[in-house]
Amino acid sequence: MTQLATEERVGPRRGLLHRLDVKGSPYLYIAPFFLLFLGFGVFPLVFTAWVSLHDWSLLSEEHTWIGFGNYTKLFDDPAFWNALWNTVSIWVLSTVPQLLLALVLAHILNQRLRGQTFWRMSALIPNITSVAAVAIIFSQLFGRDYGLINWVLGLFGIDKVDWTANTWSSHIAVSTMIIWRWTGYNALIYLAAMQAVPKELYDSASLDGATSFQQLRKITVPAIRPTIIFTVIISTIGGMQVLAEPLLFGGNGLTGGSDRQFQTLALYLYEVAFGRFDFGYASASSWVMFLIIVIVAAINFGITSRLRRS
Amino acid sequence: MATTLAPPPRHVSPPPTARRRIRRAFRRRPGKFTYLVLTAIGFFSFFPLYWSVVVASQDNSALGKMPPPVLLGGNLWFNLKRAFTMVPFEKALINSFLVAGAITLSVVLFSTLAGFAFAKLRFRGRNILLLSIIATMMVPTTLGIIPLYMLMAKIQWTGTIYAVIVPAMVNGFGVFFMTQYLSEAVPTELLEAGRVDGCSTIRLFWHVVLPAARPAAAVLGMLTFLTAWNDFFWPLVVLTPEDPTVQVVLSTLSAGRITDYSLALTGALIAILPLLVVFVVLGKQIIGGIMQGAVKG
Repeated sequence: MTQLATEERVGPRRGLLHRLDVKGSPYLYIAPFFLLFLGFGVFPLVFTAWVSLHDWSLLSEEHTWIGFGNYTKLFDDPAFWNALWNTVSIWVLSTVPQLLLALVLAHILNQRLRGQTFWRMSALIPNITSVAAVAIIFSQLFGRDYGLINWVLGLFGIDKVDWTANTWSSHIAVSTMIIWRWTGYNALIYLAAMQAVPKELYDSASLDGATSFQQLRKITVPAIRPTIIFTVIISTIGGMQVLAEPLLFGGNGLTGGSDRQFQTLALYLYEVAFGRFDFGYASASSWVMFLIIVIVAAINFGITSRLRRS
Repeated sequence: MATTLAPPPRHVSPPPTARRRIRRAFRRRPGKFTYLVLTAIGFFSFFPLYWSVVVASQDNSALGKMPPPVLLGGNLWFNLKRAFTMVPFEKALINSFLVAGAITLSVVLFSTLAGFAFAKLRFRGRNILLLSIIATMMVPTTLGIIPLYMLMAKIQWTGTIYAVIVPAMVNGFGVFFMTQYLSEAVPTELLEAGRVDGCSTIRLFWHVVLPAARPAAAVLGMLTFLTAWNDFFWPLVVLTPEDPTVQVVLSTLSAGRITDYSLALTGALIAILPLLVVFVVLGKQIIGGIMQGAVKG
């Protein structure tokens, strides 16, 4: 509307050049984004699909068309199912406590605190720490013989745990890294949503004698439902792609432990692509991974919205 | 906290102002317990960072003792020197600064340009294009890694920082963020007036939009820098241990069955430190940016 109005007022005097500027320049401004995005975002995505239909190794020049061969092979591949199972297990172990903790933390931060900025910053500091650094620090903390965590457990009479050796213990260790890094970030997102909830609701609840926890459950959670769904979906997308933690936790091993006990889908993809250079097979698994993300996110969306509605 | 008693009413029937005061007294006022919980959370937040300093300042024989040392040792300088001689850390730091800096400049510039077009200019296909950008934010980055690597191999960029910079030069979040901001921050009347005076679009962008965009551009820049500095998977795939970024060096340091932890955590410390400095100085703005993005997103 703006442009139409001005165009009429300017009239034919400034003519063609001006018209060209008004009509054409918007495309000029969005062009850098779309050109780069087409080249390095969309093209690779589509090309992955093409590669996945071939027997495509980096080590050979010949790429044979095998249709859905890679996909059928994948469904018979125990290592793939193992990686999928590990990914889901780590995702549940990390996401559920993380979001619950974040909710409580946000509830605590949503008060008239002294030193507000300081508390918020200390919540976010784990998130600005790089994922590689987090994985290295926690790998040391989870060390079997000289790790601090085993020492603390020892004070309570618990025997040394060989964290990397077992499925459950390694999943807990990897999940701990994820929880540490992301809880504060999610808490700030919840806090932002909570600040939009009318304060009067809390006032009248207080007058009725509702405890702080009741207020969180009955007022806050229903009010910020869209934000909760948003964080669940975001952590699903992130959780399905976990790679750095298991990779570095296993001393840079591509298999995620001697028996693949903590190899995630992304790590398996990395192993197939850059350990075995089987690009066709790796491409197939990345497409399957994408489908799984879409399905899990959709299921999540369904469950979360139903749960909150009831 | 909720059990605090109401202040005794001063009037039999309080006038509106007093009633408001009473209401405010009911509003959750944090007590000692709250600060205790917060301090505990703060402890867990800071501890791993503190721990990296502790381990980085010990030698490995001290780390092989039980109970583990919990105070600083005197080996920090020695470990730092070791880190810089055993892996190309200088090169990695320079690379990381170049990569994160270039990505930040480019994301901010291109996002502001596109954000201006989407927020304030009218053109055919605007809505569908904006929608497609938002949709791209949902696509996992891991998905494109293999063909992206093949592409880089084809144009012989593997092993160079171009391979890390160029694919990250734009992202959907940036455009979305700037579009949201500019649609509120730039008054349409001002642009209209400029048009009447015969301003070309590029001059409007330069003289009206850019100055107005500065606060959001700063926030976007900081968030982008953080992400770019911390990016792990793609640099690991496409760069070599001889010409790495800081995060790639960390993976070199932690490789092997028996990790030299005083060295590895010294590396982690070096990798964290620049961001920590940025965060201490600009933390408030970064937090504001994350919360702002959340409400709109």
